[in-house]
Amino acid sequence: MNGSPFALLGHNSVTAVMAKVMAALIPGIIAHAWFFGPGIWVSLLLCVVFGAAIEALMLLMRGLPLKPFLADGSVLVTAALLALALPTLAPWWLYLLAMLFAVGVAKHLYGGLGQNLFNPAMVGYAAMIIGFPVYMTQWPAPIGVAHFTPSLAEAFDLVFAGAGAISVDAYTSATPLDAWKTQARQGMAEADILAQSIFGWAGARGQEVVAAMYMLGGLLLLANRVITWHIPVAFLTAMALTAGLLHLADPAQHAPPLFHLLSGGAMLCAFFIATDPVTAASTPLGKLIYAALAGFLLMIIRAFGVYPDGISFSILLANVAVPFIDAYTQPRVFGHKRGGKRGQA
Amino acid sequence: MSRILFPFNGGVHPDGHKEASNAAPIRAMPLLPRYVVPLRQHIGAPARPLVRAGERVARGQMIGAAEGYVSTAAHAPTSGSVLAVQPRAVPHPSGLFDLCVVIEADGEDRAVESQPLDWRNLDASALRNRIRDLGLAGLGGAVFPSYIKLNPGAQAIHTLILNGAECEPWITCDDRLMRERAAEIVLGAEIMRHALGCASVLFGIEDNKPEALAALRAAVPADMEVVSVPTLYPSGGGKQLTYLLTGLETPTGGRSTDLGIQVFNVGTAYSLYRAVYLGEPMLSRVVTVTGHVAAPGNFETRIGTPLADLLAAAGGALPGAVGEIIGGPMMGFDLLDRVAPVTKSVNCLLVKDPRLFPARPAALPCIRCGACARACPADLQPFEMYWYSRAKDFGKAQSYDLFDCIECGCCAYVCPSHIPLVDFFRYAKSEIWERERDKREADQARRRHEFKEFRLEREKKEKAEKFAKAAEKQKAGAEAADPEEARKKAILQAALERARLAKEGVTPKNTDNLPAAVEKEIAEIDARRAQAETRAETRAETRPESGESRP
Repeated sequence: MNGSPFALLGHNSVTAVMAKVMAALIPGIIAHAWFFGPGIWVSLLLCVVFGAAIEALMLLMRGLPLKPFLADGSVLVTAALLALALPTLAPWWLYLLAMLFAVGVAKHLYGGLGQNLFNPAMVGYAAMIIGFPVYMTQWPAPIGVAHFTPSLAEAFDLVFAGAGAISVDAYTSATPLDAWKTQARQGMAEADILAQSIFGWAGARGQEVVAAMYMLGGLLLLANRVITWHIPVAFLTAMALTAGLLHLADPAQHAPPLFHLLSGGAMLCAFFIATDPVTAASTPLGKLIYAALAGFLLMIIRAFGVYPDGISFSILLANVAVPFIDAYTQPRVFGHKRGGKRGQA
Repeated sequence: MSRILFPFNGGVHPDGHKEASNAAPIRAMPLLPRYVVPLRQHIGAPARPLVRAGERVARGQMIGAAEGYVSTAAHAPTSGSVLAVQPRAVPHPSGLFDLCVVIEADGEDRAVESQPLDWRNLDASALRNRIRDLGLAGLGGAVFPSYIKLNPGAQAIHTLILNGAECEPWITCDDRLMRERAAEIVLGAEIMRHALGCASVLFGIEDNKPEALAALRAAVPADMEVVSVPTLYPSGGGKQLTYLLTGLETPTGGRSTDLGIQVFNVGTAYSLYRAVYLGEPMLSRVVTVTGHVAAPGNFETRIGTPLADLLAAAGGALPGAVGEIIGGPMMGFDLLDRVAPVTKSVNCLLVKDPRLFPARPAALPCIRCGACARACPADLQPFEMYWYSRAKDFGKAQSYDLFDCIECGCCAYVCPSHIPLVDFFRYAKSEIWERERDKREADQARRRHEFKEFRLEREKKEKAEKFAKAAEKQKAGAEAADPEEARKKAILQAALERARLAKEGVTPKNTDNLPAAVEKEIAEIDARRAQAETRAETRAETRPESGESRP
């Protein structure tokens, strides 16, 4: 070992990468709080606390040092993504279980940081949507639509003590994705559906702004070279194309592409979840294929599945294909012939 | 003059720190009391020592002769006496000792007579042999014997590239040389062009050296081109500069000569000028001393100068220094012993301070972020290679084209997990080489063993034949001598034969005791076979003799 290079890029660490991701999430989180009330802070806090505790426990059990691995910030990102993906104001144990599946199972049982095949946050989400589908549909209604938007203190109460006397319907509503699907199936006209208060100018009320903020954060990540353009572009393009074709084929059943891009977790997924380097494809062409696959699957699940949104399943399915995609999309090495055979995993 | 450049992928922008050492002119090192000249300074076989302890030598006297094809000579840096020819510390990452000639200077610095070479009229091969004996090797880092590179061989060379990119941070020896001795470099390039018989000569210099660019532009004739290339490490890599200037990729496992391009460092061109115009062997080179030192700068340093003396000439290390690097911060290595001498490959002595060279943080697991792949100028996937190198799955690492890695360090420079990637690649490469060597040795051992067995068998046979012949001779003699003995033997032989036949007769065949129908069938088959055999024999006999050989 002779140690070179001795020069290292400054301000560069896993912690710095995770900090940039967290910073890029801030506009979206603030928009979320603005449109859906301060409940998001409660779920964020819970996910972070549970996540850190589970991470520490797993590290202890695996005999690994706590400090460098807690400091890497990866659990913070997982926690934030799950908090944003899960419904706000769900019972506290839902966040605990979700983080247990994310950090305990998907991350550490697979070998910890960098070793996991599946996106931890999406494993946590998928476990909850399978295990507790009812809770997963109770999303807070946007301010102005809800009869009641809990304050921070009330949000804590709801999360820890349950709704009690308050009806869940007072502060939650069907998600627009859900609403569209059920109402379109019932034969309601597009214009009538979109005229409802939970819908905004192009997508879901409030959510469309949150989505725009996620996109803004994603562009910051692009500018900071934390992510490359391949995954967001391929993901959103595949989504839009699939949604567009479905809408053209049957406008009465399928919402227009823009609605899909600005609803649910699409933007969060495109810039923050699908771009998780550990579980995404790594070659330029591989990223395009992987993300296009995820975007396409997301639309198929949204259009024909029983679940309101499909980000977790689409990402997990695409994760499965990553080793295969990477093996067959290795770029040409300098000095090798074009189309020459490359190493295959 | 604007040439279309072909940017390579990847690369990084480490802080240059060139200004630390590029302001002052090249200083000459004072004559030292003692020099240590390693006999292996170049790639290839070490030079064969020509002197013994106690012998007197003069400056420029050959003290080590080129041994074999890939080798070059070594020379005495000053006049004096040979103290010892023994293994000494050399600047090498391994820290291993190597054979050196230790010379005690007599202070006279008396030189051997040198003869300028009439390079335009000298036979090409004679010129190359002279250059070999003058000890010229590439000063860009690889220290490949220059005389070999000046032999175009079967490959026609159309372009000569003079590498003045000097992309490693901190190092400014080529920069200063180009600023101060541009005319001599150009004369060296002329000789190279002559030897290679090529038309086009390109100088590639990074645009962070405007003075060097200007100096060379002023010095070159109209048929040479000085090209400013963007500052991007590792643009000074041979393959990278070749691509940058010509758009041609050096094929994997090959050399730029496969493309009809030869690349030399500008420092080598300068040394070639001295060798040819002054008849002087490669006795010195410019070395940058920089970093955490009192008076950083560039020094005209005799080969064999102990690095401690070079450091002292630059005012010594400042308080708080934490060791020295030989070479630059991207591809250099830690100096283990300051008594090691300057060799032809030492271009920089970089003194580390804890602020600019903090210890590498503990490595975290790879998060597959791909920063290394984006930084790799060879378009490799370093994280995949790392994965397999770490798992000791070297075959797999090799299938990700490990051997296309030029160890430039870009991947490890950008890695957010601070993984010493290049160390893993060097490790994997050496393991693979080791295994290949083991395999070769095992193959050779097997071949030797097989041949030994064959030989023993052959000898046995030969011996047996010899014995048989001798015995026959003897027998013939004996029979002639004793007919009674022969008669007895014949009787015995006949008895043995009878016994054998009798034994065969009682041995049951598996065709015995068969039903009559089957017996009949067998008889028919036998009859047919006999008939067929007879026919075949007849045919063979009637076939005319033919002189034709088989196709």
